[in-house]
Amino acid sequence: MNDKPAAPAPAPSRASMKKELPEHFRGYKHVWVLVEIERGVVHPVSYELLGAGRKLADSLGVELACVVLGAPGEAINQAAREAFAYGADVAYLVEDEILADYRNEPFSKAMTQLVNAHKPEILLMGATTLGRDLAGSVATTLLTGLTADCTELAVDADGSLAATRPTFGGSLLCTIYTLNYRPQMATVRPRVMPMPERVEGREGRVIRFKPDLDEESILTKILKFVPDRDTSKSNLAYADVVVAGGLGLQSPENFQLVRNLASVLGAEFGGSRPLVQKGWIGSDRQIGQTGKTIRPKLYIAAGISGAIQHRVGVEGADCIVAINTDKNAPIFGFAHIGIVTDAVRLLPALTEAFRKRLSPHSRDRLAG
Amino acid sequence: MHILVCIKQVPDSAQIRINPVTQTIMRQGVPTIINPYDLFSLEEALRLRDTLGGEVTVLTMGPPMAADSLRKTLAIGADRAVLLTDRSFAGSDTLATSYALAQAIRKIGELFGKPDLVFAGKQTIDGDTAQVGPGVAKRLDLLQLTYVSKISECDPEKGEIVVERRSEGGVHVLKTKLPCLITMMEGSNVVRRGAMKDALRAARAEIVTWSAKEAGIEDITKCGLKGSPTVVKKVFAPPPRSERAILVEPGDTASQAAESLIDTLFKRQPTLEQDLAKTAAEY
Repeated sequence: MNDKPAAPAPAPSRASMKKELPEHFRGYKHVWVLVEIERGVVHPVSYELLGAGRKLADSLGVELACVVLGAPGEAINQAAREAFAYGADVAYLVEDEILADYRNEPFSKAMTQLVNAHKPEILLMGATTLGRDLAGSVATTLLTGLTADCTELAVDADGSLAATRPTFGGSLLCTIYTLNYRPQMATVRPRVMPMPERVEGREGRVIRFKPDLDEESILTKILKFVPDRDTSKSNLAYADVVVAGGLGLQSPENFQLVRNLASVLGAEFGGSRPLVQKGWIGSDRQIGQTGKTIRPKLYIAAGISGAIQHRVGVEGADCIVAINTDKNAPIFGFAHIGIVTDAVRLLPALTEAFRKRLSPHSRDRLAG
Repeated sequence: MHILVCIKQVPDSAQIRINPVTQTIMRQGVPTIINPYDLFSLEEALRLRDTLGGEVTVLTMGPPMAADSLRKTLAIGADRAVLLTDRSFAGSDTLATSYALAQAIRKIGELFGKPDLVFAGKQTIDGDTAQVGPGVAKRLDLLQLTYVSKISECDPEKGEIVVERRSEGGVHVLKTKLPCLITMMEGSNVVRRGAMKDALRAARAEIVTWSAKEAGIEDITKCGLKGSPTVVKKVFAPPPRSERAILVEPGDTASQAAESLIDTLFKRQPTLEQDLAKTAAEY
């Protein structure tokens, strides 16, 4: 085992887009998903990726495998069982004490060794602080293509992975291929893909892999983990109701109107990228491709024009309500309900109207 | 100590407009800025230099006009700026970009001293990949610390650094060896404005400008389109949803508008009222 990539491929004929996969890559088969565990907990994005990976594997007629890296113990076995329930056929368990907590060096080494040993054609990871850190290292070591933050994954007629993502600052979408290299790698942000159905008792094969690692040679040491004490941190990505504001609010003071409505609805609040750049809200409250992707039951966008990078971050919502003064704003092209008016005018009235409708009195009626 | 900072000049995304007829980017007149994420890394580099002594070199790869952004970093306080510009870099994806930058960093090391620390932006606002930093680290065999929210200790004598790195639900305190590559979280510091003397110096300063060959890049097939394993096949605007938005009349008063908006909402999503009442009650 070594970390060296397979022999470099000859220069691809990219201009002609001819797909001629070099001989030594033709044996690369199956779809892999990294199952991310931090402190014993599997990140939900891993299950979302298994859902997306299942579809790719079915289109290709191949198997779906999950890769779990961690210290030997119950956590990784449990993660493998969960991955089977969410659609994996195979689980590669990469076990070593060195992998107990995430560090770039040992994880990228172990992952690279596993890829070189078992040769997947597609490798998916979550676009999290762990996944993005790892994916960039692994792709560079393997000298293969990596497409970040995909919003759609599909298999083309010729069997290539078609990875679609926003481009040009999120103002357009593009579809990217890795034609002449393997594995084809992509990351996907949390909540972009729907959570697949969990099938209790679904089983799969476990393949154990012992990585060639040694703690002596790993220079990065974890001194400690400090959990966030700030409980006001947003839970935007997993909220059922979200209210957000954009530049149409006109002034930072008016952002309070968004908070007020959110408070009445028991909702999380957020904002568009320009608000973060202007410092009206913190970056953990940013909604859109480069902030949080949300899939709530109700999303109310006040004074947000709806650039593509925002759209791809909110499109999974069951119902999008747009409030904007510009009737030609792109948001009306993907909202379900729209109202052409000034959000600053409407928000206080909307807050009051919701407060009345959702008052204890009407709650009793609903409960009865 | 020698600290190197990689930056990128990007279009100001707030100003990008799409031509509604051709669905292409209207590039004309879009102002460029230094990628905002890079500034947090630059600031951190300058702070380390101010406390520990040494030099900060800023590197970018881009068209000749990227010199403007480099000059701005000099005005903020960087000591030296290197522009890597060559037609053969056109069309580079993140793997090809990391190769070119890594080669230039090697060259900078030969001429001005090997960097003890390399900084890069967490991601750019135009590409948003967060892949070039890790790519450069791997190419140069540097230890990699992304999403750093704080540098707690840096001891160039011992060659050690302690940082706080963001992870799910908290931060990991990590200790590692120099040289390493760091990307800083946004908001981890406040970027300085730059002193008058730096502004004056920047106006007259020479920007070191290298072609691929001058940067020591022998194998041009690892650059640009040729060196990029990814291929962009299609760029497009997503079509509007087939189902048109239900438009609610803004009404004479805001409360009328609010009432009819809520009526429309609960009519379309019949279960929502109960869900909302429940959430609001729990809240």
